[in-house]
Amino acid sequence: MWRSSCNGVCTVLKGIIGRKLGTTQVFAENAYLIPVTVIEAGPCAVVQIKTKGKEGYNTIQLGFMEKKPQRVNRPLSGHFQKSGKGPFYVLKEFRVDETGEYKLGQEITLDVFKIGEFVDVTGTSKGRGFAGVMKRHGFSGAHSSHGTHEHFRHGGSIGASATPSKTFKGKKMPGHFGNGKVTVQNLKIVDIKSERNLLLVKGAIPGPVNSVVVIREAKKKKVRKEEQVEAEKN
Amino acid sequence: MNAIESIEKEHLRMDIPDFRAGDTVKVHFKIHEGDKERIQVFEGAVIRKRRGNTRATFTVRKVSYGIGVERIFPLYSPNINKIEVVSRGRVRRSRLYYLRERKGKAARIREKR
Repeated sequence: MWRSSCNGVCTVLKGIIGRKLGTTQVFAENAYLIPVTVIEAGPCAVVQIKTKGKEGYNTIQLGFMEKKPQRVNRPLSGHFQKSGKGPFYVLKEFRVDETGEYKLGQEITLDVFKIGEFVDVTGTSKGRGFAGVMKRHGFSGAHSSHGTHEHFRHGGSIGASATPSKTFKGKKMPGHFGNGKVTVQNLKIVDIKSERNLLLVKGAIPGPVNSVVVIREAKKKKVRKEEQVEAEKN
Repeated sequence: MNAIESIEKEHLRMDIPDFRAGDTVKVHFKIHEGDKERIQVFEGAVIRKRRGNTRATFTVRKVSYGIGVERIFPLYSPNINKIEVVSRGRVRRSRLYYLRERKGKAARIREKR
């Protein structure tokens, strides 16, 4: 579970919901060409605030991508009415230590992030259906010549007859591949265009274009202090 | 204009001259050495131009001391100080890879009149 990673009290929500727009390349200041993914992130609205006292944990529920009121069923439309915003296609929760700062209906924009910071991006990977071992696990397949027949993309033996005379649990075999939750960690924010709600992160993120992704502060990687000071100077 | 296109457009440069495969160009390229910056000129024939906003590149080929040297430049790179078009070549295809197999006289490109 994602926890706010600052030590001690951390009230700030560092996350947002977005939509993957595609990839391109941009020039950095030192003229290096950087591969980036463009994400349309936010603005999101606070739809619900859950607290330790009532629901058992502190969280902010954000809504993203507005939809027509007639597309929402009665129970959900009541839920949205409480916040005065929406209705939205996507609802996601973000854990925080303190919920006091937040109000229902409050707008969360890309201002929560700064250029140069690192983020983790969670999305749904492209579905590949029932895939073989070569595509799914990167097996190298079998010889395409030297007398091989009807055995080109197979995975080989899955357990011999005497020893071990069973198939080990977790053996990599064909099966459903993709269309699962995937997180890519430590992507650097290359640029933020807040007037158009665009976020540029270095590298690739999971899922097809137009898929919904969740952007959170990087759990493991931090901006080094001296870099941060320098970034603030500029 | 979609978002990606508009982001790419921000990085484009208007001062790049128009040239095509077959043209001979001088590329004034900035080279950073520590804190210092100097300009190196790479002169040769353009054997390929790839299109696409920020992804656009072109390949320049020259023969240096008998050895063929090819260099790929991003067309809109901030490191390109300027591009000079020395001459326009008359060629019948857009990718001049056949020059790689040719030497000396055979590797000449006819000039456009």
